[in-house]
Amino acid sequence: MKIPRLLPSLAVAGLALAAALFTATLVRADEGPAAAKGPVVLTPEVLAMPIEQAILTAPPQVPPPFKRTYSARVVVNLEVREITKRLADGVEYTFWTYGGSVPGSFIRIREGDVVEFHLNNHPSSKLPHNIDLHAVTGPGGGAASTFTAPGHSSQFTFKALNPGLYVYHCATSPVPMHIGSGMYGLILVEPKEGLPPVDKEYYVMQGEFYTTGKYGEEGLQSFDMAKAIDERPPYIVFNGSVGSLVGDKALTANVGETVRIYFGVGGPNVTSSFHIIGEIFDRVYPEAGLKLPNANVQTTLVPSGGATVVEFKVNVPGTFILVDHSLTRAFNKGALGMLKVSGPEDRVVYSGKEIDAVYLGSQADEGSDSAKRETELKKQIAAEIRANPTIAGLTKEMQIEKGKQVYMGLCFACHQPDGKGLPGAFPPLAGSDFLAADHERAIRIVLKGLTGPVTVNGTTINSAMPPQEAVLTDAQIADVLTYVLNSWGNKGEAYTAAQVKAIRNENR
Amino acid sequence: MLILLSTLAGGIVAAPSAATAPLMVTIPAGSYAPLLRSTQDSPQVAVGAFLLDATPVTNAGFLAFVTANPKWRRSQVSRLFADSSYLAHWAGDLEPGASAPPDAPVVNVSWFAARAYARWADKRLPTTAEWERAAAAGYDRPDGRNDDQLNRDVYAWLARPAPAVVPDARTARPNLFGARGLLGLVWEWVDDFNTALVTGESRADSGLDRDLFCGAGSVGAKDTTDYAAFMRQALRSSLKANNTTSSLGFRCARDAALTPAPPP
Repeated sequence: MKIPRLLPSLAVAGLALAAALFTATLVRADEGPAAAKGPVVLTPEVLAMPIEQAILTAPPQVPPPFKRTYSARVVVNLEVREITKRLADGVEYTFWTYGGSVPGSFIRIREGDVVEFHLNNHPSSKLPHNIDLHAVTGPGGGAASTFTAPGHSSQFTFKALNPGLYVYHCATSPVPMHIGSGMYGLILVEPKEGLPPVDKEYYVMQGEFYTTGKYGEEGLQSFDMAKAIDERPPYIVFNGSVGSLVGDKALTANVGETVRIYFGVGGPNVTSSFHIIGEIFDRVYPEAGLKLPNANVQTTLVPSGGATVVEFKVNVPGTFILVDHSLTRAFNKGALGMLKVSGPEDRVVYSGKEIDAVYLGSQADEGSDSAKRETELKKQIAAEIRANPTIAGLTKEMQIEKGKQVYMGLCFACHQPDGKGLPGAFPPLAGSDFLAADHERAIRIVLKGLTGPVTVNGTTINSAMPPQEAVLTDAQIADVLTYVLNSWGNKGEAYTAAQVKAIRNENR
Repeated sequence: MLILLSTLAGGIVAAPSAATAPLMVTIPAGSYAPLLRSTQDSPQVAVGAFLLDATPVTNAGFLAFVTANPKWRRSQVSRLFADSSYLAHWAGDLEPGASAPPDAPVVNVSWFAARAYARWADKRLPTTAEWERAAAAGYDRPDGRNDDQLNRDVYAWLARPAPAVVPDARTARPNLFGARGLLGLVWEWVDDFNTALVTGESRADSGLDRDLFCGAGSVGAKDTTDYAAFMRQALRSSLKANNTTSSLGFRCARDAALTPAPPP
């Protein structure tokens, strides 16, 4: 027969007896964890503080700002409940919640308060839970002291040393699964001087849900650890479900009011690019540090396990969309909410659509009748211009001038500025019978070059002229030939770029 | 294999009858890789062959126990040995009632109560190593981690909240060794539950000032994808010996070397 393990049971029994001697609080000490140290002995200064019960609100509501200007002993009773409810239309999930909601109840305390915190794990829970409040200075943020079996309650005390907006969440293994099942919320430690008054305060928190099914797959979903480790959530939502802040559940405000949103990211994994479409954050406290606000911010980055406070005045009516600006999260995974503002319009600030007119584009279709007519007319004008001798004469004169510039930049090197060429080397162009004889040949020579003997004005020269087709445009060749055929005693017609182009493309 | 016993030990009277004693199955010798261990422990723990109840102890079985042992009845038990939720789902001291069907696993029992029952039945509670060794098997193979159907069933159970009435133990599918409902029915007490090496602060358990390793995904954990094992470990760590919860029951074990006494 195996020797029974007596020692652990004796030790527990002994401690339980000792614990039973302490004054009971809400939890009977002999039923609590053996590691409990007993109620803290409070200093006279703390004992002199008035005691108040914390007001806890469900999202998106926030408890009212403090009127008191002194520290108090605040008693917080936060219940953990495992509840199956809607994640999206037709989709259910077993959420593990603080206070029955995702995110959990909003806790509002004041800098310097001493908090008596009770974490109560409902008897229907299957699992133990605890809580890590980022507002707490101490091991685990409270997690080491609140590990609570189902049907039990843990108590610990902490002092709110630092003001700010802090995330709280469960820290029971496996931690990402507990957070990924909805165990997060926000605790606000108001600074001693308070926050500037605003008309509306709201509570919004972003988180992912890693379900075995795809987005929208119906039925009760279970948690998928592989997706969580790979950070591939099918759902990224505000306030625990798709559409939690949409339609008749939208946040509301009136034109002219100032709105403050306490926005946190529970995670467990992804950060948020928080933006409200159509609004600018007049004031942002980056990472919820309340000392140094930033102004006029469009999108603010919120870390996982972190928060921000944004404030803005609403100037015009309409529906303003809260999003994570990593936009497939907003449109395909549920990270989308609404703020509905009602009141009088101000069309100078925002006019709405003023005019809706027809736009034909910068070039009308070729197929339109008007464009066809325009093309015809252009052709007629061109024909008239060509036919007009005065215009043709002026055009020729201009070509001669332009051609001269080309000649004096290129051809003069061989054929000389006076068109006389170099005897024995380069043929003359001045008074050339060779040129006068064939109008088209000249184009071909300039484009393709010429090697071999040529006889000009009775003299034969055997030389090589390099092709200029890669050097001169059609227009430049037309101009230079017009110049040559009308200079130094030559008398000829103008050349056109079209003629040059035709010869250039001859053998293509 | 039914085991009929009659035992007289100090303060324990009578024994379970054939109708209430669960069948036992043989779990063959093998090894268990602890989820969490100190650097001094070896990665594998040898587990000898032993006998394990095929199903958790039922409400009917526990009723026989409290009938024979008045000091374990709900109205009489000392708070040192069972907290105020002990048998909370029963209608009365000796009436399980509608929320506690006879063949459903008994829940809301403390470790002290489970050990007392086991002693009364001339059995004992299994150790963590024995229990995890038995639960490591799949429906049709020795290693349950590769059994997709088993994993689906386990994770589906974890996803659902605790039911108001625990289902009949015989509805669970037997695993390779013939044991039913080790996973997916109720959590179960083990004899050495409080040697689980975690604190309430599961992230600090991987700290350098400890020899112990813990935390989902940290170095030293046997299999970080077997998060059901983490949850069992977390549950065991959260309990004290007199605690009871609505999802926590137990089953008994015996050494394999013991030969059964002849029937009376």
